[in-house]
Order: sequence, then structure tokens, then C-alpha cells
Amino acid sequence: MRKIIALIFLAILLWGITKPVSRIPFGTNKIKVAEHYITKDITETGAANVVTSVVVLYRGFDTLGEVTILFIAAIGLASILYLPRKKVSDEVLEESSLILRTGCRFLFPLILLFGAYIFVHGHLTPGGGFQGGAIIASGFALIFLSCRERVVSTVKLGVVESLAGMTFVAVGLIGLATGGYFLLSFLPKGTLNMLFSAGIIPVIYVAIGFKVGSELAGIIGNLMERTQ
Amino acid sequence: MSFLNANTYYIAAFGLIFIGLYIVMAKKNLVKVVIGLSFVDSGINLLLISIGYIKGGTAPIFSRPGISPLKMVDPIPQALVLTAIVIGVAVLALALSLVVKLYQQYGTLDIRKIRGLKW
Repeated sequence: MRKIIALIFLAILLWGITKPVSRIPFGTNKIKVAEHYITKDITETGAANVVTSVVVLYRGFDTLGEVTILFIAAIGLASILYLPRKKVSDEVLEESSLILRTGCRFLFPLILLFGAYIFVHGHLTPGGGFQGGAIIASGFALIFLSCRERVVSTVKLGVVESLAGMTFVAVGLIGLATGGYFLLSFLPKGTLNMLFSAGIIPVIYVAIGFKVGSELAGIIGNLMERTQ
Repeated sequence: MSFLNANTYYIAAFGLIFIGLYIVMAKKNLVKVVIGLSFVDSGINLLLISIGYIKGGTAPIFSRPGISPLKMVDPIPQALVLTAIVIGVAVLALALSLVVKLYQQYGTLDIRKIRGLKW
């Protein structure tokens, strides 16, 4: 019965959705707003990657809101799964396999290095704070899976995450104080395609990288520690 | 056949969205419902990216001097999806933590047997 109702609902949805979608043909040029971003990007922001300058400068306030959603989801998860400390430690865990343990010891620093490379070069290559932070969190997932002797404290991850969030807001407020609006790019733009260029974009993206990495690592840590 | 070739990405995106919605409505296991939500998430991301695509376009990055701005694909859907993927992971973890708490409370994942707060 449920399945029939679900299929009828999906058929109605499909019928309603075909008409608007048939007006946006695949592969044609539909750019309106982004024309300004694409043509003025080099003179206004100095970043080689247009996506990065849209995320950090043109829609920077929106990105601040999205980072806040991430923060609230992490807080909600930690408060839903809250357990008193003493119940956690009396579990005996199974030993992980040799391959996973060796891979964890060898790969963890390299994964951190790769994630840092991704978010430092966010304004030049495909990548940035969100992607680099997710890569760093995958390294921490490896730690939580096998190298249990390297204890990662979720409190310290929370401190790193709060400092990174405050850096984002502080850089935006400096722009407000010096030039008149939030997230003004007050640093020099430099030459295109150099590492130190594009004003405040690398600063903010490094902050976002730290924030997303520590936030997702904290989520993994809470799920591992408090659900046994 | 030309319809299929021209709209492969739209069909795949709506296929993912509809499979996810069907799982959410028809399945009775809560973990499967959460998996359905993540299907809807990936389908919507794929739809946004494929709306922004232009045939023969380049990535919106001025990596070499000769790249013309007129051939670039739309950067705005890419910027939206970039943050939506990470937020999707966090919201999925939040939903899974709710499922964990429900399992601890009721000892089952079947939504027909979880009757505590039904109106």
C-alpha cells in the first residue's frame, strides 16, 4: 500500500517537473549573473579561480552562513549523543589489522600535507577550504579507526574550530572598519597566479580549511566514542 | 535516442532524486531512510552542476594566459554545490545520531514499532 502511494506521488512529481526542466536545455549558455563574475574577476579580486572568488568574496556572507550551519549540525550531534565520561572507557575494542595500522602511521602525515596543499592553493587550482578540510577529516577518520593510542581530544578540535571561525569573522570586520563594508579585500591583489595574491581570499580559505577539518573530525570522533 | 544522449545528466540526476524519495517513503528501516536522504542530496548536486554546464566550455580558472572568459562554464552552481556537499555530510551525521538514539531507546529500527511520539 505504501509502495503504491509512493509510486503515484513520484509519478505526479515527474509530470510536474518535466515542463520547467524542458525549458532549460542541457549544455547551452545560460549565464546571466555570472557574466559579471567571469569578466571582472581578475580586476576586482585577483584570484585565478573564479569559483573561489564567488565563494569567498562575492558570496562571502552566504559562505559564513553555511559554515554556521555546519557548526550547528556538529553541536547538535554532540548534544544528542552526549554521554557521561565514565561509561565510555570500559569497552574492550578489537585490534585492527596490520595493513590498516601501518597505513595509518605512514599515511596520516601525508594526508594532512595534501589537505593543507589543497586549501592553501584554493585561489589558484581546483580546491579550497571545504575540500581540503574534508581530506584532513578523512585522515582523522583513519586515526579513529586504527591508531587508538594517538588519542585525538574532541575538546582541542573544538578550540581549533572556534579560533578558525573567529578568524573568518575578524577578517570580515577589519574590512568593515577600514573600507566600509563586510569582507572588503583590504590586502594587495598581487600578480595573477602567484601564491601570495588575491587579497584576503587565501587567509579566509585557510581559516575555512581548519574549521571544516576540525569540525568533521569532531563529528567522526563523537560518533566513534559515544555510540558504543 | 538523441533525447537520451542530449539529457543523460538530467535523467541521471532525477533518477537519483526519485530513487531517494521512493526509499524515504516506502522503506521501514530508519538507516535505509537516511541512505535515501543522501541519494536525494547527491541527485540535487548533480542536477545543479549539469544545469551550469556549457558544451565545450572550460573550467572557470584563469590558469593559462590564453583562456577566454567567454568559454567558461557557470561558476555559481559549482560554488553552491561545493559548500552543499560538506553540509550534506554534517546533516547526514546528525540524522544518523538521531537514529542511534532511537535504537538505544526502542531496541529496533523499524518505524512501525517506534510508537512513542506518534500523533
